[in-house]
Amino acid sequence: MNVVKRSEIDISEKKPASEVVLRLRGITKVFGSLVANNDISLELKSGEVLALLGENGAGKTTLMNILFGHYIADSGSIEVFGRPIQQGSPHAAIELGIGMVHQHFTLADNLSVLDNVMLGTEPLWWFSSNRRAGRLKLEQLGERFGLRVKPNARVAELSIGERQRVEILKALYRNAQILILDEPTAVLTPQETDTFFETLKKLVSGGLSLIFISHKMQEVLAISDRVAVLNEGRLVSELKTADASETELAQSMIGRSIELPERKTLKAGKPILKLKSITVMPEDGRSALSSVSLDICAREIVGIAGVSGNGQSTIADLITGLVEPRSGTLELHGEVVNNFSPRNMLQKKVGRIPEDRHSQGLIGDMTLAENSISECYQDPQFSSYGWQNKLNCQSFAENIVSKFDVRGYSPNSPVRLLSGGNMQKLILGRVLSGNPQLILANQPGRGLDVGAAAYVHEQLLAARENGAAILLISEDLEELLQIADRIAVIHRGRLSESYPRESISISQLGLLMTGQQKKSITNNHAIEADAS
Amino acid sequence: MQLKQMRLEPRIRVPFVLVILAPVVSIVASFVLCAGLVAWSGASIFEAYGLLLKGALGSGFALSETFARATPLIFTGLAAAVAFKSRFWNIGAEGQLYAGALIITVLGTGMLDLHPGLIIPILVITSAVAGALMLLGPVLLKIHFGVDEVVTTLLLNFIVLLLVSLLLEGPLKDPMGLGWPQAEPVTEAAELPRLFQGLRLHAGLLLALLFSFIMWIVSIRTTLGYEMRAVGFNQKAARFAGMPVKRVMIITALISGGIAGIAGFSEVAGMKGNLTLDLSPGFGYTGIVVAMLAQLHPLGVIISASFVASIFVGADAMSRSAGVPSYIADVMVSVSLLCMLVSVLLVRFRIRWG
Repeated sequence: MNVVKRSEIDISEKKPASEVVLRLRGITKVFGSLVANNDISLELKSGEVLALLGENGAGKTTLMNILFGHYIADSGSIEVFGRPIQQGSPHAAIELGIGMVHQHFTLADNLSVLDNVMLGTEPLWWFSSNRRAGRLKLEQLGERFGLRVKPNARVAELSIGERQRVEILKALYRNAQILILDEPTAVLTPQETDTFFETLKKLVSGGLSLIFISHKMQEVLAISDRVAVLNEGRLVSELKTADASETELAQSMIGRSIELPERKTLKAGKPILKLKSITVMPEDGRSALSSVSLDICAREIVGIAGVSGNGQSTIADLITGLVEPRSGTLELHGEVVNNFSPRNMLQKKVGRIPEDRHSQGLIGDMTLAENSISECYQDPQFSSYGWQNKLNCQSFAENIVSKFDVRGYSPNSPVRLLSGGNMQKLILGRVLSGNPQLILANQPGRGLDVGAAAYVHEQLLAARENGAAILLISEDLEELLQIADRIAVIHRGRLSESYPRESISISQLGLLMTGQQKKSITNNHAIEADAS
Repeated sequence: MQLKQMRLEPRIRVPFVLVILAPVVSIVASFVLCAGLVAWSGASIFEAYGLLLKGALGSGFALSETFARATPLIFTGLAAAVAFKSRFWNIGAEGQLYAGALIITVLGTGMLDLHPGLIIPILVITSAVAGALMLLGPVLLKIHFGVDEVVTTLLLNFIVLLLVSLLLEGPLKDPMGLGWPQAEPVTEAAELPRLFQGLRLHAGLLLALLFSFIMWIVSIRTTLGYEMRAVGFNQKAARFAGMPVKRVMIITALISGGIAGIAGFSEVAGMKGNLTLDLSPGFGYTGIVVAMLAQLHPLGVIISASFVASIFVGADAMSRSAGVPSYIADVMVSVSLLCMLVSVLLVRFRIRWG
């Protein structure tokens, strides 16, 4: 990972270990049968960066939501600057100087930066708002912490990095002393992450204490003074970053060792999918594609990297059959596809793992069995003369459940009860049981714990060995570098050429993700040759 | 002092007992809540409710009246339930009912002179077609232009009712009707037979029960029902899975409109004998309540329609004997719906304090 070296930003030496600003005692929170937080006690010292490390679902976000007043803990207490906090009220948390930057930004796109920052800070019954004072304060804060923004710019016009700055300014404007950052780097390119870490450094030297939530080890090692590791709702270790090693942290975070999927070197077969200068107009909130070309061959995984919103979901929609290109052609097995519909794509043996399991992949209120046949319910074995064959449907689902290790529920339970990982396994089973020749895997590992993600990767690699062509769209560069044979980068609807995995690094991908040209950034001769 | 806060948490598993208990409790709650109104109007609460129950269920005549009233409500409730289940908000059952009644007034008052075994199926089908056609426009407008079907179906109600009014004053006016705006009665062959001598309960009820049962089977056993449920629960996922979402929505709308159209046939051929402007005292709208009370279940519609009908019929009896205004029936049905909505929420979620 291309991140700032710890020595450059470490400030703990400059400041003596000082007073405790935040103390959590025995926080427990239960959702139904799930213990999200189990007796967690933590302390945050003044001027410190505490990293909260854990897999998805380990309880990091729940803990911070309790701290910020979105949830109320079932038991346990919170003290801020020595005073107990009234739980369940974000207002009280803000009053006491806690600020939170959510993973998904909470900004009003159509308002200006200043409006967003001031929103909610003024009494509603005043006739006019004191914008001049607000602007002055915002500019002073920006000056002091190096968070330059244009107060009059509309948020919709800002880049992701700039929006994050506005979020931080929002918290600072409310006089936050403790800042919680929930997966702040998830939406940033590696280069933006570096700038962001510079900002954090300034915040700490300005007297703030930070809680940095992440599941990325290297970032945690680079930015934090102390690390607290959560696993399945428990605090499993707490140590000084200086004393921590990556492997040690990984072990306690996962609680078991995960083997990376084995990846055989295979010779790619004949092309399965050919996109020829495809252009899609921006419509229905979809981002555009301009002249995208890409070939994927049998026994090959081609990855598409990019910051979300640059057109990768449009490529996914195209291959799903949900959108028609304005110009250009899509060829499957050498035949031009004219009929863009999900049905037709399925008939042409395209398997699709959608980005959003809940809204697109599955129907939560229907059963596992019903969901397992949703793409082939018209086959004679499931439907004859309009009658549905429940028995075949049931055994089909049982087959998927046992083969793909979907755990916890019977085929007749509603799908919404499943965990994310099991939902993904069900979708995977549904896709692979159709023996697809092309598989679209859109963010297949997102939101899954390391074990489930590894399982999904393993299955995709197995499908590759069986001769499938796979298009892997991901924002997780490590996922791409782990299993893809070639990687292309999408930026503002333009797809770069694809580079073999051996010849490209994370930082080069990162630069491509910000729209820079490959030639200008590389000094690797092997790639020069490849790119030409 | 720390304020206790109420929070809703989703239940992981919903106990079956609660699903059954919810409607019963909400009906009881509506009786309790309306007791104040009954007392206010000067009657004794127990006496008034006793009269209500007796008026609704206390005799053969009362039962006949209740189920005769329930018949159109089963049709319109079923129409709403089928459409709502697929998230197509058909508010136009009233208009579809009148459209069905209108077409059989044209065909059944002498134009077709056939054997009852032939003419009744023909009239059932034509009234269904008329009702279905009423929804074809709204569903196509929704699919192709995104026009809100709540608005189109609702407004069509007034258009149809005014059309019926126009025709009853004009070409369809019964010359023997002493000047009243009413159509000629349907021929004897087209009449739905009475189920019991001397009582108004007619074969329309059997037809309504049959359609409820058919829709239940369609929903759980057929490929179409599978598609309809999928589209209703998650249209995006249904589209992604390659289901013909538009076609399913059109078919759903046609079925819904068709069932509401048959209500019009049942009322004219079974109950009133001819088409008048007061053929339906808002059966189409009440059908929405019936469907919601039944939680959109095709068989549940039978029960909820019977409940709503017994309240209306019973309240009529109560108002005659105890002097409580019969409008109390509207209040009770509305209150029971509100209670039902709350209890549905409580079935799915659990309340946590603090």
